[in-house]
Amino acid sequence: MADLSVNVCGVDFKNPIIPASGVFGYGREYEELFPLNKLGGIATKGTTLHLRKGNPAPRIAETPSGMLNSVGLQNPGIDHFISTDLPYLLTKNLVILANIAGSTPDECAETAKKLDETDVHMIELNISCPNVKQGGAAFGTSCEMAGEVTRKVRSATKKPLVVKLSPNVTSIADIAKAVEDAGADAVSLINTLLGMRIDINTGRPILHNNVGGLSGPAVFPVAVRMVWQVSNAVKIPVIGMGGVSSGRDAVELMMAGASAVQVGAAIFTDPYAPIRIIDEMNEFLDIKGIKSVRDIIGTVKPW
Amino acid sequence: MKYTQGQYIIIKKSAVAKEIYSFEISCPEVAEVAEAGQFVHIRVGSFTLRRPISICGIDKKKGTLRIVFEIRGEGTAEIARLNEGDLIDMLAPLGHGFTVNPDFRKVVLIGGGIGTPPMLPLAQAYGGKATAISGFRNSSAVILQDDFRKTGAETILCTDDGSAGIHGFVTQPFAELAEQGGIDAVYTCGPMPMLKNIASICREKNIYCEISLEERMACGIGACLGCACRTVRNDEEYFAHVCKDGPVFNAEEVLW
Repeated sequence: MADLSVNVCGVDFKNPIIPASGVFGYGREYEELFPLNKLGGIATKGTTLHLRKGNPAPRIAETPSGMLNSVGLQNPGIDHFISTDLPYLLTKNLVILANIAGSTPDECAETAKKLDETDVHMIELNISCPNVKQGGAAFGTSCEMAGEVTRKVRSATKKPLVVKLSPNVTSIADIAKAVEDAGADAVSLINTLLGMRIDINTGRPILHNNVGGLSGPAVFPVAVRMVWQVSNAVKIPVIGMGGVSSGRDAVELMMAGASAVQVGAAIFTDPYAPIRIIDEMNEFLDIKGIKSVRDIIGTVKPW
Repeated sequence: MKYTQGQYIIIKKSAVAKEIYSFEISCPEVAEVAEAGQFVHIRVGSFTLRRPISICGIDKKKGTLRIVFEIRGEGTAEIARLNEGDLIDMLAPLGHGFTVNPDFRKVVLIGGGIGTPPMLPLAQAYGGKATAISGFRNSSAVILQDDFRKTGAETILCTDDGSAGIHGFVTQPFAELAEQGGIDAVYTCGPMPMLKNIASICREKNIYCEISLEERMACGIGACLGCACRTVRNDEEYFAHVCKDGPVFNAEEVLW
């Protein structure tokens, strides 16, 4: 039994596996299947200052080795999260990363301020949602905007601040440096890649939003490359995600530089994926005689 | 809602029409809690997304479920290649099912095409109190009529081209029944235009109506919010979710 515990910017995780924001709601639906305390943490559904209705259906499309989604940040608003979902999660003995988003930097800051007064463990600021018209990815695709929104949120909270980055950029390392300079404690990546499918019988895009975010095994190599580039560019820790569906994938992402790993679309295929991935990582480490998962972080030996 | 995920044995497979298959699956813990109108979420080897399939039969004594599904694409084609003795990976039973009220004296079940299978457990529950109207494209697409008759329900068959039963849509015989009155509830599943017409007749005649919807779905349990459906909640528009709030909705809640 290897030591699976990790520490990300001062926060201790019993293991590095975290269901990614958006796939796991606020955890309740999965507790029917397994105890949430087996997880290292949970990144909660992207939550905004006020309730958001989200996009019209269809919001989901299948793709080779993956899927597109355009949910559009449907959520009940931060006050509902703080009064209803957070107290529930705080009883579960896992790290809570409250994922937040907003249409303007001030809105993000106001949402973070509300969380600052709670017992949430970390804030994950989503500057990369591809499915909303204002804010979302618009913040995440320029260094200036990414820096500005990070600075505003930073000044609104003392909680460890993780900024979730968009892969839909020319240089993700530059965006990561901008948010590091603006006071982020960690970065998480990658959010989904912008994609599109068309029903060739009707000529209509499958998603009502026309375009949506691609996730699943198809994006995994992109995630490995970007985690590697970002972890070489910044000093703050990197939380990796993007198409992870096995313990071997999680190990690979950690070798690329991730200190912890989020699991997304794999949960739709196998709802037990996070638990299975923890077991598979442990097994890999034991076979290799590696005592702690921390010993593999960033150990890739580039040619 | 209580659900589990596991691998279950297919104990019987049959082809019930062209590209439509019936599986009987041994899954005692699922059958024990399953209700009419719920669905199972089936993993397909090479795909990221599971496939939601409605439950067509629940045998709590034998511990089995029956599903009847049509090959719609590569995913359902892959499921159809499974055989008796093979394992099927299901997350089930999921969703909010139909309301079965023993006090109802006369109910009408209306299935359109592959929307017909979820009507069968209701026919079993209501027996002779039910009239099952089923509509299909043509005679070669007709399914489950013997099964409905075995429940004691009265059956009315329609085909779009008149090659079997009444020539026309299910709404015609239903409108006539509605005109006669005395219907306590209508339950329906099928194409959206059909559901909309039935709901509109029910509204006009003030008949309680439950409809089963489908939508592209990911998690199946209400976490990802992928399968949105426009509804009214507390007088405001609300995107409900077909997997958890549905698939069965009170027709009055749905915004068409």
